[in-house]
Amino acid sequence: MTKIDTSDPEAVLPTPSHTVGPFYGHALPFPGGGDIAPIGHPDTIVLQGYVLDGEGNPLPDAFVELWGADPDGRVPQVDGSMRRDPASGGFLGRNGVEFTGWGRIQTDADGHWSARTLRPGARGRSAPYISVCVFARGLLVHLFTRIYLPGDEAALAADPLLAQLDQDRRDTLIATDEGNGTYRNGTYRFDIRLQGEGETVFLEFQ
Amino acid sequence: MTLTQHDIDQEIAAEHAAYAKRIAGGAPVEHHPRRDYAPYRSSVLRHPKQPPVAIDVTKDPELVELASPAFGARDITGVDNDLTRQHNGEPIGERITVSGRLLDRDGRPIRGQLIEIWQANSAGRYAHQREQHDAPLDPNFSGAGRTLTDDGGCYTFTTIQPGPYPWRQHVNAWRPAHIHFSFFGTAFTQRLVTQMYFPGDPLFPYDPIIQSVTDDAARQRLVATYDHSLSVPEFSMGYHWDIVLDGPNATWIEEGR
Ligand SMILES: [Fe+3]
Repeated sequence: MTKIDTSDPEAVLPTPSHTVGPFYGHALPFPGGGDIAPIGHPDTIVLQGYVLDGEGNPLPDAFVELWGADPDGRVPQVDGSMRRDPASGGFLGRNGVEFTGWGRIQTDADGHWSARTLRPGARGRSAPYISVCVFARGLLVHLFTRIYLPGDEAALAADPLLAQLDQDRRDTLIATDEGNGTYRNGTYRFDIRLQGEGETVFLEFQ
Repeated sequence: MTLTQHDIDQEIAAEHAAYAKRIAGGAPVEHHPRRDYAPYRSSVLRHPKQPPVAIDVTKDPELVELASPAFGARDITGVDNDLTRQHNGEPIGERITVSGRLLDRDGRPIRGQLIEIWQANSAGRYAHQREQHDAPLDPNFSGAGRTLTDDGGCYTFTTIQPGPYPWRQHVNAWRPAHIHFSFFGTAFTQRLVTQMYFPGDPLFPYDPIIQSVTDDAARQRLVATYDHSLSVPEFSMGYHWDIVLDGPNATWIEEGR
């Protein structure tokens, strides 16, 4: 049943999604997964938050993937997010110079994740955002959302996605500015609530 | 109250009946599980209750989700797709070769993209500290691998037949043998994580995770085909498994052209 006959369009049907389960730890996370920004880059921002379930409890076994444009709004096409050492086979991490735009961060035992990346530039009609994909045990299909950054109210008001949402729901997609922190461009808080009060807006691409 | 297999069987049957009723009423085929599939208890507090907000990608070709992260030779080492060669000794179990193609909804091969896998060892134990199953660990098997698809969208892994394992959701809950797979497509919207099963597993009807795919034909697409031509003489048994990534994509036009 799983040799797909590509000459028959009716036979080319999607492979169903499944949960990642709890045991992906040796396969998916990698050292420096959240260190997306090149070292010392002036447009570095810190993103951090919790992933929470329907009772407000943090998930210690979730991970998020972040994917965003560079500060000029260009989509990176650079590989090497998980560079490997040809001698030991171990992970070297990013080279600290190139920006791949992509990262993967496991939540810790407190359900917390953090990443350093570059402030994204705007593309098309959208306000600048970072795309997020959430995975966890219990999630049969991953969840897409977006992190918009506060500050440029005009750009946020013109964003086609944000414009169609009620105020409460819209606010779940806009990170909270936590001040300058370590980086002069700031540190932002973005919690992901999978269910219930303050449930994050999740997206479906069609 | 103790949750039994019988309880779960009844819930699974009710979900199947509800799906059959939706189809009879003209609803579309469901290729993916619903996120709120209660027979899989971990989903109960972890699924959104609000419907997802739809984004029509044809209205904005600039969406960053229409591009994909890039992976390349730097992200992979030579033995990453051979899980039997990652330690000094040979892992215990039946060697298998798993091969297939990564395709988009138009049947086109997806080239040069990353596939990651993880699995239990031949005794049904993950090399993970949170694992509670007391089957033996195998010092020569970590159970994780990765590869890039070639120019034809093809991939190959050499590994060990994973064992089924108990997982404590309910009394006598056993997962059918499976390999976890993670895929990237040409667009981030095509991202997929799933599990590949082996043909004829007697545990299929009892497992709420595979049964969360309520459409019979869709569920079959998670089961690999035994392929004698992929079996390596004097070495391994061969399985073929093609994957079709869902989700919209766009023909990526190189920036700056
Ligand atoms: Fe598993």
